[in-house]
Amino acid sequence: MPDPSGKVEINLIVNDEPRTVSVYPMARLLDMIREDLRLTGTKEGCGEGECGACSVLLDGLLVNSCLVPAIQAEGTSIKTIEEIATGEQLHAVQQAFITCGGAQCGICTPGMVIAAVNLLERIPEPSQAEIRTGLAGNLCRCTGYMKIFESVVRACQDNKQNIPAPVGG
Amino acid sequence: MEIVGHPVPRKEGRDKVTGQARYIDDLHFPEMLYGTTIRSTVARGRITNITFVGDIPWDEFVIVRAGDIPGENCVALILLDQPYLAGEFVNHPEEPILLLAHSDKYLLEEARRHVKVEIEPLPAIFSLEDSDNKKEVVWGEDNIFKAYTVEKGNVDDVWAKADLIVEGEYHTGAQEQLYIENNGVIAIASPEDGVTVWGSMQCPYYVHKALLKLFGLSEDKVRVVQVETGGGFGGKEEYPSMIAGHAALLSWKSGRPVKIVYDRAEDMVATTKRHPSRTRHRTAVSRDGKLLGMEIDFVVDGGAYATLSAVVLSRGTIHAAGPYVCPNVRIKSRAVATNVPPHGAFRGFGAPQSIFALERHLNKVARELGLSPEELRRRNFIHQGETTATSQVINEKVEMEALLDRAFELTDYEAKQQRFAESNKTSRTKKGMGFASFMHGAGFTGSGEKYLESVVGAEATSEGRVIILAASTEIGQGTNTVFAQIAAEALRLDYDSIEVAKPDTGNVPNSGPTVASRTTMIVGRLVESAVLGLKQTLIKSGLLKEDYSSDEFSLACHRYIEQHGPLKSFSKYKAPPGINWDDEKYEGDAYGAYAWAVYVAEVTVDTTTYEARVDDFVALQEVGKVIHPILAAGQIEGGVAQGIGYTLFEKVVWNEGRMMNNQMTNYIMPTAADIPPIRVFFEENPYAYGPAGAKGIGELPMDGPAPAILNAIEHATGVSINHIPLMPESIIEALGGDRA
Repeated sequence: MPDPSGKVEINLIVNDEPRTVSVYPMARLLDMIREDLRLTGTKEGCGEGECGACSVLLDGLLVNSCLVPAIQAEGTSIKTIEEIATGEQLHAVQQAFITCGGAQCGICTPGMVIAAVNLLERIPEPSQAEIRTGLAGNLCRCTGYMKIFESVVRACQDNKQNIPAPVGG
Repeated sequence: MEIVGHPVPRKEGRDKVTGQARYIDDLHFPEMLYGTTIRSTVARGRITNITFVGDIPWDEFVIVRAGDIPGENCVALILLDQPYLAGEFVNHPEEPILLLAHSDKYLLEEARRHVKVEIEPLPAIFSLEDSDNKKEVVWGEDNIFKAYTVEKGNVDDVWAKADLIVEGEYHTGAQEQLYIENNGVIAIASPEDGVTVWGSMQCPYYVHKALLKLFGLSEDKVRVVQVETGGGFGGKEEYPSMIAGHAALLSWKSGRPVKIVYDRAEDMVATTKRHPSRTRHRTAVSRDGKLLGMEIDFVVDGGAYATLSAVVLSRGTIHAAGPYVCPNVRIKSRAVATNVPPHGAFRGFGAPQSIFALERHLNKVARELGLSPEELRRRNFIHQGETTATSQVINEKVEMEALLDRAFELTDYEAKQQRFAESNKTSRTKKGMGFASFMHGAGFTGSGEKYLESVVGAEATSEGRVIILAASTEIGQGTNTVFAQIAAEALRLDYDSIEVAKPDTGNVPNSGPTVASRTTMIVGRLVESAVLGLKQTLIKSGLLKEDYSSDEFSLACHRYIEQHGPLKSFSKYKAPPGINWDDEKYEGDAYGAYAWAVYVAEVTVDTTTYEARVDDFVALQEVGKVIHPILAAGQIEGGVAQGIGYTLFEKVVWNEGRMMNNQMTNYIMPTAADIPPIRVFFEENPYAYGPAGAKGIGELPMDGPAPAILNAIEHATGVSINHIPLMPESIIEALGGDRA
């Protein structure tokens, strides 16, 4: 049944929960996440896919949610920063960001954490070059990236020591 | 357990890594409207007509013009020359003229495009050269916001005696702060209840002061609250006063909460950037490489209004002669007006500009003398007991030679220099080593801290927790963590038992702005003395002994509050002994303490693509006691990365006073793939008047990268380039390459 406002219903899985959202078809996935679903951990930095602050996982793929039309999320599974920790238990990447100083002002951090989690899912023990490439789509103006690289390395080490971490994707 | 000097967890770390930290755009109020700004489309002119066109339900919109302003139409800062909304004249291409608000932000954007402002253009100027030459007078009587002269010895007599006189001219470009969170605020305002603003900002009391004037209200009727702030770097020092005023004006008129959050394009095109600069050096030296006289002419482009240009110029002026001893110095400097959006605070605040010029120029002096750059510096480094350009006697231990030696060791400097000189003969890629030696003063310049009279409070709860009350903001650099460390160490309590209150002018005293590398050194010292005041009160009241456990402290707090009510202590800034500054002569103790540094860059210049790349970067500095090794290193690494961007990546493209590349797509900052290893090292020489011996650190790392990198490029290519940003097209030109 078409909505007279022009909005459409989108059915998708968000952080493991089935959701139905009524949005304009060309609304950005970012706005649907932040405004309709009130998941404000996903940030907007540039609105044109350059900074990665709006990174989320869409069917396990790292995407800039500011570039994805909401309608394209129909039938997909979205994972945002709010679902990276398991209850009180932080993901190894999150813990490493705290330990190593990977977060300063914190505005790029949710996107950066998502990108790092995605990187480690794809490449469990990335080289320095793979870390750099894996995070090159996420801009950070505070850290100069050094402590972010250290955080990723630290998270790998913690993963190897079997510190529990949730399965992503 | 010792707390200072150890990497305790960042106070708000967990909220930041889980996405729970709430920034301004994450906050909402019922019935909230969104606001937007109609801006000038020409650089300078007279507004002749404003019309509301198109198929827009204009009666649903809140519209605010200059005439609606209840108080004074000026952004109160140093001078009162900048209006909140242009009335008759505009002076730069993005000047705010009119404000709109509506509950539907999509319709609001549509409406914004349908306000037609007609402006009769007036002659405008866009470069500091045109302003300095008074091609057109666009501000005051002579385009000059502020001028300084620093005099030491007698420069005029030195030229005849010199073995060699070396002249040079150096230019630096604008730079966008590019915090990842754009400027944003929410305001609730009404004539009955006054004005409350929540926002992303560095200096809540600057905003407070500006709103008092804008609305003509008494201090208790204005409240400013900083919320989690996604980076500032100076870019949220003064601009929040503008956007806060705009949102508050819309709320005042509509009676509804109003949110204004800029998008990236608006933030980049309309808000402040680093001042472009030109520096001319004329230097007299003896044959044996001693500096005899330095004449420095330093000019910065301030843009259309005065904003902070006078103080940016001041810091740049004082740092212009560097960590060297020279008996005869004259520095003349000016901040001049152009018809571009006002330039403003950006980490380093004038010093990166003048230090770039000096550290490039000294390499030229060395070359002409036939000395190595390091040897020239060694012969002129300042020492304890000697005087700076402002005739400040350096009372602390300074060992620039030792810093230079260690930096060279850490980078294998001399061996690499030789190796590169050999390999460059045959290779298409040329490698080079370069360094810069410099200092950076912490705290407000000259009498600044005395005038500020900053205050910090501390309050103990009946559970024995201690809450720090200060307006100094956490903007990513670690204010909350460092204050808690200092307080915990001073009281010998657990780090976790210290809390830092949110900066809210309704609740915290004015500890001054979060700028000028002053938060740890100046405000941290006040934190230390405020919490010690709590302890002294408990001891004096007989509830606590000098030696106590945390349980005894808690019990004493509980009993004190039961018997006497709230337990609070406040501490106000008092200058350390022996600090004297003459505002008229611009002479004396410019800063209470300096951080000292030597930075080394290793670069490769590809003579096929004309790309310059930094391969390795070492930052060695003496900053007093390091309070938190990870936060401190993080400050240096982040500053160096911004410095590399300033040098090789970040070019503001101007057209008729407007930034044309106001997007992250075409204004390029370094990514994770671009940044070399940044290796950070500290020497610690505790400062007697800093908390636990700390000095300032935040701005220092912005000063060194540009000259170190260009000195390395000169070593790699044999070609001297004296302007930044240095893009490949400039390298083509300098190397005489063929563009085809």
